[in-house]
Amino acid sequence: MRGTEHTVIKGGLTSRKRKKRILDTVCFILLAAAALTVLMPLWFMVSTALKDMDEIFTYPITWYPHNPVWSNFKDAWMSADFTGWFLNSLFVAGFAILGGVLANSLVAYGFAKIKFPGRNILFTIILGTMMIPEFVTMIPQYVLYARLGWVGTYLPLIVPQFMGSAYFIFMLRQFYAGIPNSVIESAQMDGASHFCIWRKIMLPMAKPAIMTVVVLSFNWSWNDFLKPLLYLTDTARFTLQIGLKIFVSQSNTQWNYLMAASCIVLLPIIVVFMCLQKYFTDGMNLGGAVKG
Amino acid sequence: MKRGMTKREKKEARAGWLFISPWVIGFICLTGGPLLFSLYASFTNYNMTSRMDFIGVANYIRMFKKDPVFWKSLGNTLYYVLLAVPASCVCAIFLATLLNRKVKGTPVFRMLFYLPTVLSGVAVYQLWIQLLAPQSGLVNSVLRLFGIEGPSWLADPAWTKPSLVMMRVWALGTSMLLYLSSMNSVSKDLYEAADIDGATFLQKFRKITLPQISPIIFFDIITNMTGAFQVFQEALVMSKNGKGDPAGSLLFYNLHIYDEAFTRYNMGYASAMAWFLLVIVMTITLINLAASKYWVHTEEGET
Repeated sequence: MRGTEHTVIKGGLTSRKRKKRILDTVCFILLAAAALTVLMPLWFMVSTALKDMDEIFTYPITWYPHNPVWSNFKDAWMSADFTGWFLNSLFVAGFAILGGVLANSLVAYGFAKIKFPGRNILFTIILGTMMIPEFVTMIPQYVLYARLGWVGTYLPLIVPQFMGSAYFIFMLRQFYAGIPNSVIESAQMDGASHFCIWRKIMLPMAKPAIMTVVVLSFNWSWNDFLKPLLYLTDTARFTLQIGLKIFVSQSNTQWNYLMAASCIVLLPIIVVFMCLQKYFTDGMNLGGAVKG
Repeated sequence: MKRGMTKREKKEARAGWLFISPWVIGFICLTGGPLLFSLYASFTNYNMTSRMDFIGVANYIRMFKKDPVFWKSLGNTLYYVLLAVPASCVCAIFLATLLNRKVKGTPVFRMLFYLPTVLSGVAVYQLWIQLLAPQSGLVNSVLRLFGIEGPSWLADPAWTKPSLVMMRVWALGTSMLLYLSSMNSVSKDLYEAADIDGATFLQKFRKITLPQISPIIFFDIITNMTGAFQVFQEALVMSKNGKGDPAGSLLFYNLHIYDEAFTRYNMGYASAMAWFLLVIVMTITLINLAASKYWVHTEEGET
């Protein structure tokens, strides 16, 4: 029985190999087509940013800029307070990263490695809060910040970052849970406090997960639109997202400038993503682990 | 035994609460407290400045009986969800299946497919407004190469929602990675056994891959549905006046809440709408959980 089965497999091998090669080629062509589709919009953005106004209104459209005008980037940047908005965005993102790393790693350590009554129920609540739509808490939060006199300042954008986010807490707790308890117990034998263990042992060991918190905090803060829209009232304090929106309403048909400005707004994220891609995608995988 | 903690346990408990205190404070001030406040506000005529009188269920009656915009926004949102979720789910599984064959260049492809996911905000919306321009936009220009005259997308009420769906599908990286990693963890033995039986690629996909990754499909559909239900920024930036035009076709549920809360300051009414949103999202999750029993494949002994 076994012998015949074996020969059958061997006999079919060459045709199967050829079939596999055909399938792989089809697969590669489909992937390339998909990649082209995904990249075309970004190419269109760069290409439009480099065109002059005449070329923008040519019809049918040109697929690449025939006389690239590199100064469009500079001119667009200079025609509004982009430098200020850029720095504001960096400022807010810096605090988002700092708060995100500090708060989430502390809270996650508490949930992963310290035993205290109520721990499990609180952790279930954290997971539950992930389901609550942003808009349900948005109005009361606005009222709260208005009462505190924080509207028009960066505080509503920054302070919550120091209170942890359910997503990161969950992710980091999963990571900490993978670090054996014996490491902590032996440190405690030597008289180390939990704070000391967190600082000296856990933070260094959790570096990859912390990096994920860093890049995602940066990404989300940079792209955040709703909070700056609600809380920033003074043009000089705008972040890039809101600044770009003002710029759009002021330069209706200057499409090359619009696309040039959009390019510059997206560039930092693209650069960070290209360099630290692994940490972005790791975070998403861990997020998927919510299903358990 | 149960009562009375030892001194050490007490110290541990104190440390534990200290460590999680940032989250506890945040939960009370920014989630739990606000939830209760907005529940109460939904029964008042709160307007942020002068009044907060208890008016019973008047806001809810207004919502269901007297506000045609409410039903329109709910309808628009449902339409969007029913279009966007299956579209991005199918495309994500398709791309993950291709990537899972691990042909040459897969890491590069994976990175490229994920790239749009990290891009969002006004710059991206502005870009898509350009891409979807009827005359000079990229989308219609490409369609013209194939001899198709595309619609006028964001200017045509019938095509605005498909426009936003297209943009959403462009950024499906998160779902794609989820599917890819779950496909990776499907046991190779199953495929080898199928190979011996001479199963084709499609057969293996239907009979092995799909059932094996069904828990992830289920998870992805829930998160996508609740996410799509909260569509807001795109509509605010990409509709002509920020109010969901043309013809109110982009007037989504959250845009209506935003408008009531922050341009008319009907905070009480907006809170009622927000709570109804919470109920919808919870219901979606519960229905999915209940339905999953019937179609999600689980291994014996696995929950």
